[in-house]
Amino acid sequence: MNLQDLKTKAQKLLESNTVNVIIGYGQGSGGEVRPVFIRKPADIDKLVLNDKCVQNLAVYLTKHEIKKLGKPGIVAPLPVTRAIYQLMLEKQIADGEIVVLGIKNNGIITELTDNKSIRSFISDVPSELTSEEKARLSEIKSLSQQDKWRYWDEELSACIKCYACKSSCPLCYCSRCTIECNQPQWISVPSHLLGNMEWHIMRAMHLAGRCVNCGECARACPMGIPLNLLTQRLSEVIEKTFGTSESAEAFYPLSTFNVNDKEDFIR
Amino acid sequence: MSEFEPKIIAFVCNWCTYAGADLTGTSRIKYEPNVRIIKNTCTGRIDFMMILKAFARGADGVMVSGCHPNDCHYTSGNFHARRRWIVFKNLLEFLGFDTRRIYFSWVSAAEGAKWADVVNNFVNNIKKLGPFEDYKNLNPVRASLGVLNESARPQN
Repeated sequence: MNLQDLKTKAQKLLESNTVNVIIGYGQGSGGEVRPVFIRKPADIDKLVLNDKCVQNLAVYLTKHEIKKLGKPGIVAPLPVTRAIYQLMLEKQIADGEIVVLGIKNNGIITELTDNKSIRSFISDVPSELTSEEKARLSEIKSLSQQDKWRYWDEELSACIKCYACKSSCPLCYCSRCTIECNQPQWISVPSHLLGNMEWHIMRAMHLAGRCVNCGECARACPMGIPLNLLTQRLSEVIEKTFGTSESAEAFYPLSTFNVNDKEDFIR
Repeated sequence: MSEFEPKIIAFVCNWCTYAGADLTGTSRIKYEPNVRIIKNTCTGRIDFMMILKAFARGADGVMVSGCHPNDCHYTSGNFHARRRWIVFKNLLEFLGFDTRRIYFSWVSAAEGAKWADVVNNFVNNIKKLGPFEDYKNLNPVRASLGVLNESARPQN
């Protein structure tokens, strides 16, 4: 990929003081990549760009430690750019307060400085589930109710409630999550199936229609639970029932409604 | 051993279904006593976490009811609620949760008779389904204590 191009663009941004910090991927241990936060133009060679650069770096944008560093520039493959756009819609990032180095799948790097350019950048590529993802979903949907319950019992009983799914998700940015609430205690604390089930239902519901399907939760999960299946299923439902969001304002399908929403179970 | 008496929690809105249930009473229509009614300001207030909490605390069925579309006291609360329920019900179905245990309905303040019908039907259905073992067994601690033992339930 265009590592040299990326470095040149990032260096220029830092040298011209357009941004104060570049959030990107750097070399980690054991051949892995890790996030790097580059504040000096001389350090720009720390950046790497390869197939392993998949972590959703947008998660750092809402952290106060990172906000303190000043205006960020961020290395953003397509899913990351989508997350950034969603954060902008949700007023978590002000327009013009960030420079996105958007990377398309063909490796071309584009400098995006405002909401509008980010929007046109991501709308070029439709956000759809891949055919494998769709196949996996319909495989589960075709199970009987009891088999589904058993399947999720098995998957979710592995959960150790480390909340890596929450920490790694760029859209789980609430400073106080319901999970931390103990008056009342909404979700049972120990990592047994009841609490696990409640937690994952809640997580999926709170991400319904906002999730950009970057898959970071499933990648971050140390127990290998395919958590993104839940949010993928909800995106599918929302798209089918409510249609794709008609306007940019309708950033969150559950914050709005249509008088003609169709259902068949409320009698 | 007597017949299984299910524990049903009903989340209703203040303006329609609660008044409707009141009308059922003042009309002296008798209905199944298994239902415990919890009044909320509006269906828009009924968080899905409340439904999960009811099941976690041993409910065998949960009813959710409010004003008919276009009749909401706050104009749009039930429209928001409807969207949430559509998403929530689909999520539960995907998880293999037995959605026959949740009953959504619209009952207006004038539909006292409908409320009695809705409750009676739902209670009968749940009686046929039996206790909600699937969910009760999720909690290994409670399961080992013999699930429905009231005194073993943590007070909160």
